[in-house]
Amino acid sequence: MNHFSRRKLITAAAVAGGASGLAAAAGLARRYGLIPPDGKGIYGPGETLTYAAQRLLTRHALAREFAPSQISKTPFANEVDPLGDEFQRLQEAGFADWRLAVDGLVARPASFSIPEIKSFPRRSQITHLACEEGWSYIAEWIGTPLFHILDAVGTLPQARYVIYRSIQPDVWESIDMADALHPQTLIAHGMNGDELPVKFGGPLRLRVPRQLGYKSVKYINRLTIADDLKRFGKGLGSSSPEAGYAWYAGI
Amino acid sequence: MADSAWAPTSASAIPTTAVPARHSGVVRVTHWVTALSFLVLLVTGVEILISHPRFYWGETGNVLTPALFKLPIPASRHTFPTGYGYVLPDQNGWSRYLHFQAAWVAVLTGLFYVIFGVLTGHFRRNLLPARADLSWRKLSTLLAEHLRFTRADEAGAWSYNVLQRLTYLFVIFVLFPLVIWTGLAMSPAIAAAFPIVVTVLGGQQSARTIHFFVSVFLFIFLLVHVGMVWRAGFRNRMRAMIGGRPASRR
Repeated sequence: MNHFSRRKLITAAAVAGGASGLAAAAGLARRYGLIPPDGKGIYGPGETLTYAAQRLLTRHALAREFAPSQISKTPFANEVDPLGDEFQRLQEAGFADWRLAVDGLVARPASFSIPEIKSFPRRSQITHLACEEGWSYIAEWIGTPLFHILDAVGTLPQARYVIYRSIQPDVWESIDMADALHPQTLIAHGMNGDELPVKFGGPLRLRVPRQLGYKSVKYINRLTIADDLKRFGKGLGSSSPEAGYAWYAGI
Repeated sequence: MADSAWAPTSASAIPTTAVPARHSGVVRVTHWVTALSFLVLLVTGVEILISHPRFYWGETGNVLTPALFKLPIPASRHTFPTGYGYVLPDQNGWSRYLHFQAAWVAVLTGLFYVIFGVLTGHFRRNLLPARADLSWRKLSTLLAEHLRFTRADEAGAWSYNVLQRLTYLFVIFVLFPLVIWTGLAMSPAIAAAFPIVVTVLGGQQSARTIHFFVSVFLFIFLLVHVGMVWRAGFRNRMRAMIGGRPASRR
């Protein structure tokens, strides 16, 4: 009998500890912003666990950077929907009129041309891009770290998310400040030593190397800084959860 | 947990000796939670896989690079060339949400089970083979019996033989940790924070390939496991894993 009562005691303690631990964790997660915007519904618990665990363990981690010899000879890009007349007009003018508007919780809303974006300190990094489908490539990305832009417009202290939009209708994403201020999060305008090809998101693509490829939105023309994502779209944080995909893609 | 079962189940039960539980409550609950989450992981894993049924070795791979191998099945994305001329329905979104949620359930249940198993001596008592059983002669005799499909005797319902013990230990301490590790290694955030998790495997595409093979092994284990349970007496084994006891000890 002895080991049976011992086992019961261990089991009971573990169950009780687990339950109260969960309740405490949920409270802490809410308090420290560890619940993702799509953290409700049937997949909410899993998403919250992943996002919270990775924010606690990987907040400041740097994505791996590779040697030039590891750059993929054959990078791949998924097709996008036709880019429309406006894009074509801008492309024909060499993107001279392309603007990146920055608004929301900022002291000085602004709109940057591509040469203005390029005048900020530049960063080049060779990182891995993986698609949720399973394929991947390594490329050199050249661009302006997003935090330089955020500094320039004077992000207000209550800012918690940066929303970024593509010129493509209904394509928008958002990241938390941990990713927005991360040194490797780039407004990319170059790839593999050259201009960023349209196929890979040129003229401007937001590169978030610690998340899957779909968070690196192509053809961005607007950033909005916000304290809450509920007012945007269906309130799930970006167009991905509206299409059934997780908002946080660091998996 | 099922204390009442300590009393003899009926007047005709074997006198004086009460029937002990074959499986403890924790083993039964964790078994079924793991079984359910594994089935979910399997189905959603297949759904994720069919969006790109091609495998690579190293850090990178895409349709423009040579594949290590390719599964001869249609895909759920039109950008993936299969030669079949049709595209399967794309279920990747909810499959990914559910895959990771089920992975959390499986990992937390597995952690609880392993801690329980170590603290209560479950592994030592029920799964660690006796040194005497580990001789080649004994193992090969037992293996031959299995291959001839000799039915387990009644004692077999109350304790695991050495082949079962080794198989369960391999699944619990090799295959499950490996499938979790390779799953984590595919995460860009984990790769950033703990690069060694990826580099030891040879790269993120290697991790994906190993994840696939370990999942295949786990699936084969599931088939053989259910087949053996069937062969050994499905009703009784199910009763033992659900309620704790087989129907009778005869």
